[in-house]
Amino acid sequence: MASSAPLLEVKNLKKHFPVTKGLLLQKILGHVKAVDGVDFTITEGETLGLVGESGCGKTTTAKTVLKLETPTEGSVEVYGKNVHLLKGADLKEYRATVQAVFQDPWSSLSPRMRVRDIISEALVANRKVTKEEVDARVAELLSQVGLHPFQAPLFPHEFSGGQRQRIAVASSLASYPKLIMLDEPVSALDVSIRAQIMNMLVDLQQQYNVAYLLVAHNLATVRYMAHKTAVMYLGKIVEHSETEDLFKFPLHPYTNALFSAALPSHPDILTTEIVLQGEVPSPINPPSGCSFHPRCPAALADADLMKRCQGETPVLAEAAPGHEVACHLYTGGATGSVETTGILFKTGLEAEQAALKFKAAQAAGIGATVASAEDASRAVEASRAASKAQVKKEAVSRNETEPAKGNVETTEAQSEDDTIEG
Amino acid sequence: MDATKDTRRTALKVEDLHTYFFNRWGTVKAVDGISFELKEGETLGIVGESGCGKTMTALSLLRLHPQPAAQIIEGKIILDGEDILQIPERDMRNVRGPKISMILQDPQTSLNPVYTVGNQLIETLDRRDDILKSDLRKEAEESLRRVRVAAPERRLSDFPHQMSGGMKQRVIGAIAMAGGPKVIIADEPTTALDVTIQLQYLRLLKDLQAETGMGIIFITHDFGIVARMCDKVAVMYAGRIVEEGPVREIFNNPSHPYTEALIGSVPKMEEKTDRLYQIDGQPPQLYALPVGCRFTNRCQYAKSKCVEEYPRRFSFGENHYASCWRHDDSWDKIPSSTKEEITQMLEA
Repeated sequence: MASSAPLLEVKNLKKHFPVTKGLLLQKILGHVKAVDGVDFTITEGETLGLVGESGCGKTTTAKTVLKLETPTEGSVEVYGKNVHLLKGADLKEYRATVQAVFQDPWSSLSPRMRVRDIISEALVANRKVTKEEVDARVAELLSQVGLHPFQAPLFPHEFSGGQRQRIAVASSLASYPKLIMLDEPVSALDVSIRAQIMNMLVDLQQQYNVAYLLVAHNLATVRYMAHKTAVMYLGKIVEHSETEDLFKFPLHPYTNALFSAALPSHPDILTTEIVLQGEVPSPINPPSGCSFHPRCPAALADADLMKRCQGETPVLAEAAPGHEVACHLYTGGATGSVETTGILFKTGLEAEQAALKFKAAQAAGIGATVASAEDASRAVEASRAASKAQVKKEAVSRNETEPAKGNVETTEAQSEDDTIEG
Repeated sequence: MDATKDTRRTALKVEDLHTYFFNRWGTVKAVDGISFELKEGETLGIVGESGCGKTMTALSLLRLHPQPAAQIIEGKIILDGEDILQIPERDMRNVRGPKISMILQDPQTSLNPVYTVGNQLIETLDRRDDILKSDLRKEAEESLRRVRVAAPERRLSDFPHQMSGGMKQRVIGAIAMAGGPKVIIADEPTTALDVTIQLQYLRLLKDLQAETGMGIIFITHDFGIVARMCDKVAVMYAGRIVEEGPVREIFNNPSHPYTEALIGSVPKMEEKTDRLYQIDGQPPQLYALPVGCRFTNRCQYAKSKCVEEYPRRFSFGENHYASCWRHDDSWDKIPSSTKEEITQMLEA
């Protein structure tokens, strides 16, 4: 199995679901473009977090990697082998290599199977093992996930939610996998139990050197667990980078909006609230060009930029080392073209300043075009001024977005953004 | 919040509320002696894990607890100067809606799928005496407009399935507000919504509160919502409030180990957390509660006194209380020989 190919490589993955009408002579009316051209790789022992709102395609991506869906286009390769073409022994090997833990431990464990059988299923099905080996492995796994080996003959209903999720994790680890798909692994659990499971997953990763593909909508969970993070919007990755980079200086306007919508961990933390207009458009007929343009605060503020965003689809390109973003703001703004891509920021700091500038511009309601890193420093000052003004206002009343001086009318427009378009 | 200047009227006062379930396994003490006060225009967050009794508290406030399985044993719910536990059931219709109402967690299930949205909204508005029958539809449009639903005149004839989750939750908000209540209970209103829609909704609630001056009770397990929305917090554990206080106080100076652990166990969005604090074990079963502090088996500071006796409320400045023996120094005054004796007795 050892080879130079990365553990998981997803190339231009597309999954379109047909929308049909009629019962026998079905007419295809259109396609739901659940996943529409996604690329990423995962190396051993690494966690990739996929974040985005519901309907953005993160679960479909995970399912396709698990071979639960067949891709419309593109490929999923594990150690260089296309998983959708595997047969026989290779397929068994793949199934032992890639495992999954699902969101709801009440429905993901069979109520008729004993814990021992649930845990050993992947092992028995895909590898040749004796009964003694199975028993030893089950006992080992149970104690590793914080349960007792004597609980092996019990049924799932005899456990609480957190314990069930532990069983699910033990079951996914049984066949010594290299990659585990974690689909919202903690969102169905109680708050006090979540930390237990998250810490356990992190510990097990170090112990087994297993890679995770973490699908979650809770950004804090992703920041805690993932090494790299990809933000998805309407079936596409809009930003992809090291987790710390991404959280420190998010570049894409959607990422900024998503982060600003996340709830603070302390009442004194000030956030620039960017309230997006309307809701995520239907993936059956996604908007032309950049699919975020009808809600994008940067494009809405700049008519020239809007024209480009409507007409031309941005591609994922490196804006800072290791920090990819699919947005025209970073490829020359309104006037640039796709050809002018390239590394825009040499260092993390430059990108950070540009991100600050962007935030400041949004707080002031001006469309921002980041052309070069030079004017970023001016922008940083602007953003500081804006946040100072914000501190003052916030002292009076929290939860109000504060514009920089002189641009009051744009914020009013923002508060009306609350209205959902029919 | 400076209490001396706080001249706002009390909208709701709950005193020593007990809601018990009686079943063949014994008595389940879902709500076991809860007291709090809510002023007009104020937002209270009730935080806790599932099964700690927070939803049962909310249902008890509306007298909608599942009867006859659950009974309110004791306590007072004083709403607008009147104890609603004393009024007959048929008069509760004039309380639910005009005085207190509730927004439920799941927008998919709290609207009736076979009636139009307008129909369900008008049903509530029809209960009000100040609206003429002929004006009902206009009034319904107006209430949809208040919750920022675009093109309300068309939306009124929509069925719930034609709306998105965020929109449905707005309609539910409009129905809850239709009677012009003094208090709204929001039971995890945004758990089913996406983050960006959640932000829209929370802002909407804040705006509506500013317009109408109603009190809001937020029932949640998410400290983020508390941080963003609430003026004060009550932390519940196994049927009781273990700590309460102004929101900043709770975050800066959590005085009950459970509150401290709960805040520490949530990963942060703003900074990298190296390791989360984890609360081991599970909450106790509500039908077999210990005599002493209910958090003892999971508490890192637990001592023998915690097992013996339920802790009294200790005060930490303005309106900030926590029930924990850790703040009791009388233990330290006991001679060490007696201490040892007690410890041995307990171990035996």
